Amino acid sequence: MEQGPAGVSAAAAAASTGGLLLPLSESEQQRYSELFSRCCPPPEAAAGGSSVGELFRASQLPPDTLHQITEVCGAKRVGYFGPTQFYIALKLIAAAQSGFPVRIESIKNELPLPQFVALKNDSDVRYGTPAELHGVKFQVPHTSLEKNSYKRTDEGDKQEPKSPPMSPICSPPASPSTYQRVPLSYGYGKSRSGLEQQHGAPYEVRHTTHQQDGPLSGNYGAKPALACSTLNRSLSGEREQQDSNAHYSDDPWRITEEQRDYYINQFRSLQPDLNSFISGSVAKNFFTKSKLPIPELSHIWELSDVDCDGALTLPEFCAAFHLVVARKNGYQLPETLPETLVPEYLQAASLKPMRDCTLFDSYSESLPGGQQTRDFSRTETSAEEVSDSSALLKDGKKDDKQALKVSTDLKTIPKEFQHLTVKTAAQESNTLKARPRSRSYSSTSIEDAMKKGEEPPTPPPRPQKSHSRASSLDLNKIFQQNAQAVRSGWLPPPPPALPPRPSLSQTEQVSEVELHPQMNKPPSQAEENSSAKKEVVIAQPPSKPARRKLRTETQGLETPELSPTINVTSSLPAVKPHLPVQKQSSKQKRAIQTAIRKNKEANAVLARLNSELQQQLKEVHKERIALETQLEQLRPVTVL
Amino acid sequence: MAVCIAVIAKENYPLYIRSVPTENELKFHYTVHTSLDVVDEKISAMGKALVDQRELYLGLLYPTEDYKVYGYVTNSKVKFVMVVDSSNTALRDNEIRSMFRKLHNSYTDIMCNPFYNPGDRINSRAFDNMVNSMMMQVC
Repeated sequence: MEQGPAGVSAAAAAASTGGLLLPLSESEQQRYSELFSRCCPPPEAAAGGSSVGELFRASQLPPDTLHQITEVCGAKRVGYFGPTQFYIALKLIAAAQSGFPVRIESIKNELPLPQFVALKNDSDVRYGTPAELHGVKFQVPHTSLEKNSYKRTDEGDKQEPKSPPMSPICSPPASPSTYQRVPLSYGYGKSRSGLEQQHGAPYEVRHTTHQQDGPLSGNYGAKPALACSTLNRSLSGEREQQDSNAHYSDDPWRITEEQRDYYINQFRSLQPDLNSFISGSVAKNFFTKSKLPIPELSHIWELSDVDCDGALTLPEFCAAFHLVVARKNGYQLPETLPETLVPEYLQAASLKPMRDCTLFDSYSESLPGGQQTRDFSRTETSAEEVSDSSALLKDGKKDDKQALKVSTDLKTIPKEFQHLTVKTAAQESNTLKARPRSRSYSSTSIEDAMKKGEEPPTPPPRPQKSHSRASSLDLNKIFQQNAQAVRSGWLPPPPPALPPRPSLSQTEQVSEVELHPQMNKPPSQAEENSSAKKEVVIAQPPSKPARRKLRTETQGLETPELSPTINVTSSLPAVKPHLPVQKQSSKQKRAIQTAIRKNKEANAVLARLNSELQQQLKEVHKERIALETQLEQLRPVTVL
Repeated sequence: MAVCIAVIAKENYPLYIRSVPTENELKFHYTVHTSLDVVDEKISAMGKALVDQRELYLGLLYPTEDYKVYGYVTNSKVKFVMVVDSSNTALRDNEIRSMFRKLHNSYTDIMCNPFYNPGDRINSRAFDNMVNSMMMQVC
């Protein structure tokens, strides 16, 4: 913590300052070490130049004096503001303010503490970490702040001249949105009470003057007198932990309920389906309206689009919106996405409100999951330790998965989708996105399937066009399959289909010849299939050309799909003839079923063939690459 | 570990160039610039018919006594050029490949950002972090 280095450095400063013994009284010590720690975040040993500069300017000395001071204290020589330089500088400032000339000798005098007017350090300098954000937020409800500070002046010591500097600090920053102010002040009130109790103890221990910058010193811990340093350190350690616990609900990166509702409404205005996602361009237009500069918006997008797919799901959108709101209120953007804005976390917490939406018919089954998340969110707000949040995050992920599983089970998604739902949480959002797409072709109702046969719904494009041989293969297989499937059904209707028979038989034969050399096992089946039903085959294609085309399209598109969908869709041709010819007997149904089975076998065979060919292709590729590299090596290197 | 990493656009202007902060960074810029010639030569040498199967990783473009230059071209003719210190124990080829793959992945992530216009300079912090992780650590 900050007192550690501060205390040590104070001792060091007291001990030796480049051969100059710097007598610091206790009050001066505390003041200086506190100022030093404010200018210098703990891990470094040197104060940041900008904050030091601001501090010096706040001392209201003319710039020449400040330059002189910098030189004298040795910072220029050394190149940075180490603790010793800083302390000397402060002493010199005090001297200058008291009217003494800026020289080393002045330090030896007894001087009052240097005065800094309108210390803006705390409000402007650092927004980066949430810990310091609390320092900012402390000023938002400034009424309670002033109350506490005055309380502390009563406890501690006078420092009358210091109280005016408090009021400029307490001027509220840029107008925060109502959303921010309401939760922040509420949370702040709660945290304050926690802090005050802690503050009482160490203040009594230290009999010295206390600094006016009450909340900041509270934030950065007590400034121990050397005697009670360890005691204070332990107390303030406790207090800081309590701070973080209390601030857990205060976290500016945590989305409150009303904020979430607002974000969800905004999401709905862009994309009515809360389950789906907003595309990049839509989101870009929306966020550009916030009038933030484009680089910042770009950074916000980088932070919030976790899966980097150019689209925002609901939790990603909430995170992005929240970051935009925070930025507009003056908070600096973090380097990485805060834990509370991570999509999985938001997902778990948001399943509860999402459940209330009427759009979520399919998610109504996630009621048990939703209740779990509600309990989860309740427990986490009352969580004691911040470290629990990581455990809760894991719980959230588990809940997430359970909720997803529940909904998947109840939606009877076909098997192939289940192996799409992968374990990693990062891909859960992908599955959410994939689900709307998969729904389109996993419908089991016949009418829908027929309608969707018109469009090409299947996402994975199969090499229909690239392999010319295979395509003719497929088409011919399709004709045969259709033939088997609808043989019994179509036999009665098409008597006038005789003329095209010879040409088709020719093509059939040609295709058979082609089939022979390529496939070993399938041709036997194809042969017997085709030979057995050749006449019928030819009858089929011309009879109902329009519907045939439809069917071939669907079959062509869906043949290479994974088997479960093939089950669904290969039942299509079997099912379709049922519709127009519903007077068929069960015998024909059986025939159709056998035909289906044969289709499936043919499909499996074709799939195997495909994979074998792909394998061969890969091997050939590898060989080719190897040959090319060899060639490269052999080729003489032509240098510039 | 690379000494200099550059992303060059299709029109051969730099989208991103980052070197290890030594005294002579301009030398690396010049090296990258001259290596673009070699990249073009390698691309054209493949021939029109092979443009589909052209491999993205180009390999060692040319070596000097101090360092080696490796190249990688994406399908949209965006080039990644990496300058590696020779004195470094020879990085294996697949290490270089994996570095290029990471670069390519980060580049596609940037592309997904709707606020990024292709052709702009790359200002992404995530990309910077990734590149920093690949650069040599100079004390």
